[in-house]
Amino acid sequence: MERIPVLRMGSLLLITIQVDMHDKLALQLQDDVTERISDWGSTGVLIDISSLEIVDSFIGRMLANIAGMSRVLGAETVVVGMQPAVAITLVELGMSLTGVRTALSVEAGMELLYGNAFTGSEDEQRTEA
Amino acid sequence: MNDLAEIISQNQDRLRTEWIRTMSSSVERADLISKAELDEQCGSILKAMVEGVKSSGAENIAGGGWNTARDLLNSISTSRARQGFSPTDVATFVLSLKQPLFAVIRDKMGKTPDSLFEVIWSSTQLLDRLALITTESYMATREELIMRQQQELMELSTPVVKLWDGILALPIIGTLDSARTQVVMESLLQAVVSTNSRYAIIDITGVPTVDTLVAQHLLKTITAARLMGAECIISGVRPQIAQTIVHLGINLEDVITKAKLSDAFGLALQRSGRAVVKTSTAAAANPLSGLFSKREE
Repeated sequence: MERIPVLRMGSLLLITIQVDMHDKLALQLQDDVTERISDWGSTGVLIDISSLEIVDSFIGRMLANIAGMSRVLGAETVVVGMQPAVAITLVELGMSLTGVRTALSVEAGMELLYGNAFTGSEDEQRTEA
Repeated sequence: MNDLAEIISQNQDRLRTEWIRTMSSSVERADLISKAELDEQCGSILKAMVEGVKSSGAENIAGGGWNTARDLLNSISTSRARQGFSPTDVATFVLSLKQPLFAVIRDKMGKTPDSLFEVIWSSTQLLDRLALITTESYMATREELIMRQQQELMELSTPVVKLWDGILALPIIGTLDSARTQVVMESLLQAVVSTNSRYAIIDITGVPTVDTLVAQHLLKTITAARLMGAECIISGVRPQIAQTIVHLGINLEDVITKAKLSDAFGLALQRSGRAVVKTSTAAAANPLSGLFSKREE
């Protein structure tokens, strides 16, 4: 059966959604994420949806649910790389995903999750500007 | 009915001269159209009228015989609408044929009042209908022009400017309605992606009024930007607008608002860990030195 991979990166979980989400896949992902967080003791979940082009209210709710579940398990969730069309659709559906943190790119999301501990990119940004 | 066609075709030259004279006495637009061009237009319309009356009759203006005349009038009034003629000018163009045409008809049939009346009646009806055609296509052209301008205005009025690396500004001028919000939202989100910006400043100095609907549109845009990982700051809130927002009970508590664009820019710089500092006092005295020595902390 088709599955969305959940990768481990130190204390983080990295999930990239590269296929069209359908309901079964979303439910499977919820199970996987919660399992992994409790198994590995992850403190952060990064969901990259930059290749996701179509969303419906179910997928939107799924994202909010994963964030909620992770928080209960002690991990913070960041959704990164949302497409403009997807953002507009979610807003029109009335789903503002309050409680889910967002970032523009995987890099920015990592920075957010690692906080000040991850200073490499921060320094780079300052010198470049 | 072929009487009319005969009268027109026999007196084409006289009609054309008289027509142009009547026209120039009522509406003189020598500045917009040349004499020769007008002469040619009148001649071809008279020819088309003869053809129309002959093949379809003066009553049946929608008939196939009138195609040439209709196309001609349409193209003439379309070009006049673009040239800047007024609606009166365009309608008068056809209507001023009445006087010379009636004069010709009277010369021909002055002896027989019954047929004179009949021909005059049918020709006046005909000319009225032709004038209506010109007015209609004039209006259609104008309408099209207005639509296109609206479209252009919409695109022009939503620029997204980059203030700094990772900081965008979106000055909104004019009222925010649903259609505009859509354009604003799309261009902002597109710019956020293409410039990889974390902060977007929406400046509403140019928005005349903020009501619940406008606020809702703004909130939608901000939420969409947040979903993508960009933070929005609203700036340019005038005192009057601040009062209105509070009186209407609009909840802007989750949104950062600032009075001035500069305040918002300062906040965005601060949040992205930057600051603008004065490098030396000499920079103020010599304006050129500022260009080369400006440095960021």
